Amino acid sequence: MIIVDSLTKKYGGFTAVDHVTFNAEPGRVTGFLGPNGAGKSTTMRILVGLTPASSGGVTVLGRRYADLPNPGREIGVLLDASAQHAGRTGREILTLAQRTMRVPRARVDEMLDLVSLSDEESGRRVRDYSLGMRQRLGIATALIGDPEVLVLDEPANGLDPAGIRWMRDLLRGFANKGGTVLLSSHLLHEIEVIADDLVVIGNGRIVAAGTKTELLEAAGTFANAVDVAALARALTGAGHTAEQSLGGVRTDADTAQVGRVALAAGVPLTELRPADGAGLEEMFLELTKDNAREEVAA
Amino acid sequence: MSTAVVENTRAAEDERPRTQYAPIPFRTVVGVEARKAFDTRSGFWLLVTIAAAGVLATGAVLAFASNSDLTYDNFAGAIGVPMTILLPVVAILSVTGEWSQRAGLTTFTLVPHRGRVIRAKLAVTIAIGVSSIALALAVGAVGNIVATGLKGIDTTWDLSFTTMLYIVGADLIGMMVGFMLGVLTRNSSGAIVGYFSYWFVIPTLSMVLATNQSWFEKAQPWVDFNYDQGKLYDGGFSGQDWAQLALTGTFWLLLPLAFGLWRVMRAEVK
Repeated sequence: MIIVDSLTKKYGGFTAVDHVTFNAEPGRVTGFLGPNGAGKSTTMRILVGLTPASSGGVTVLGRRYADLPNPGREIGVLLDASAQHAGRTGREILTLAQRTMRVPRARVDEMLDLVSLSDEESGRRVRDYSLGMRQRLGIATALIGDPEVLVLDEPANGLDPAGIRWMRDLLRGFANKGGTVLLSSHLLHEIEVIADDLVVIGNGRIVAAGTKTELLEAAGTFANAVDVAALARALTGAGHTAEQSLGGVRTDADTAQVGRVALAAGVPLTELRPADGAGLEEMFLELTKDNAREEVAA
Repeated sequence: MSTAVVENTRAAEDERPRTQYAPIPFRTVVGVEARKAFDTRSGFWLLVTIAAAGVLATGAVLAFASNSDLTYDNFAGAIGVPMTILLPVVAILSVTGEWSQRAGLTTFTLVPHRGRVIRAKLAVTIAIGVSSIALALAVGAVGNIVATGLKGIDTTWDLSFTTMLYIVGADLIGMMVGFMLGVLTRNSSGAIVGYFSYWFVIPTLSMVLATNQSWFEKAQPWVDFNYDQGKLYDGGFSGQDWAQLALTGTFWLLLPLAFGLWRVMRAEVK
């Protein structure tokens, strides 16, 4: 259980995280979604005390992170798989974590097995690891203390498709056993397949939050017609919203209502279906676009 | 309203008793930090270099020193000097690695109290300093006995206990300078450049200035920390010597260290 309460971080005049409030519940995977630079990593760093918050706070399992007596036993953290001393071997990095948390030495080999790093690979220096191997090592470090909560920043980066599948199964299993998972991503589809709850952040503010089902349902209906403009007019006339987008109309009316409106207006439909993630995706693209513009301007 | 109610029940659920883990003892943090000082390639080669330099220096004393120079002081010094210069680099890297190599992301997450980690690093630094001097004195003693035995001359023990204490003090100051530079810069290359300037550039400049400007020759003991530290190796400090060391040490070591620590406690770890 993670409770983020009105968390704010300002850098001079720039607000990187702006009154962010959400919960990550036990037994569920919470996806923290946003374009690069939206404030995901800053929020996660504040969560574990690496960055001080300007105001607001975070509690993990009912306590401030710094008040956890042995944090690694209760919350596994992977913020950046590349942030390791390049001169240490993978096994040595795990051993340091094992010793700090005071868990049995056998956990090192158990974790190496779990993330499929061979003996030979674990004896190599991290400098010579691929990003995928670093992610696996990072997951092993996060899990070695057998924690109840996992916080992972972009854990799928650098993993191959099989690795992403493996990670998804691992996190699902962890949540099914009652664990809390908070993971961030800038890829909607990556997070859509694993998360139960979604928190969407853009420019430091939460723009959408809820269960995945709620957010997908809220997306409404997608319809297409021979005369798209006429369909849009008919829907607006009937008091529904109608957004014309790529090859069709998205509306808040359900499929039956759209069918009736089209029949009454005499507009033949060529396509009619629930919009699913389309609304979410558009919102997300919109966020990404704004952000990209800002970067160009700066 | 309904969400608030839901949140409250969830918060209550969260208060259920759970496993209470014992706090991480300080000795564990120290143990891990000691391991980290030597488990990297740079740490390993630094140690090998120090050992090799010690052996070479002892060999050089054996090969080139005249019989009258085969003394304990010279043997211990031969091993001690490379150690004195290189060991503070271990102290530097132990601090800067957390930032330069970004290892701090894990370190300060597993032990979310930076003061504890830094204190552990300081303890390791001091322990390395003291044990390396003990090692230098022990190896020097063996070298002294073997060499004088080989040449059939009397073994000379010309280091008093007080002198040894002065040497320990001087070496620890050297390690603290490395530690201070590490804390202050949080950058491996920056700190190492700063450290070798402290050892080789500043003393030379200071010496040249003292030779050419008589006013600086008088002022030097009051402003040149390296000069005062170097005097420790000769021992026999008067009250004025201690005052000079305290003054320059406060200015060049303690104040920058305090400032560096203050920043380390607040700096973001990225």
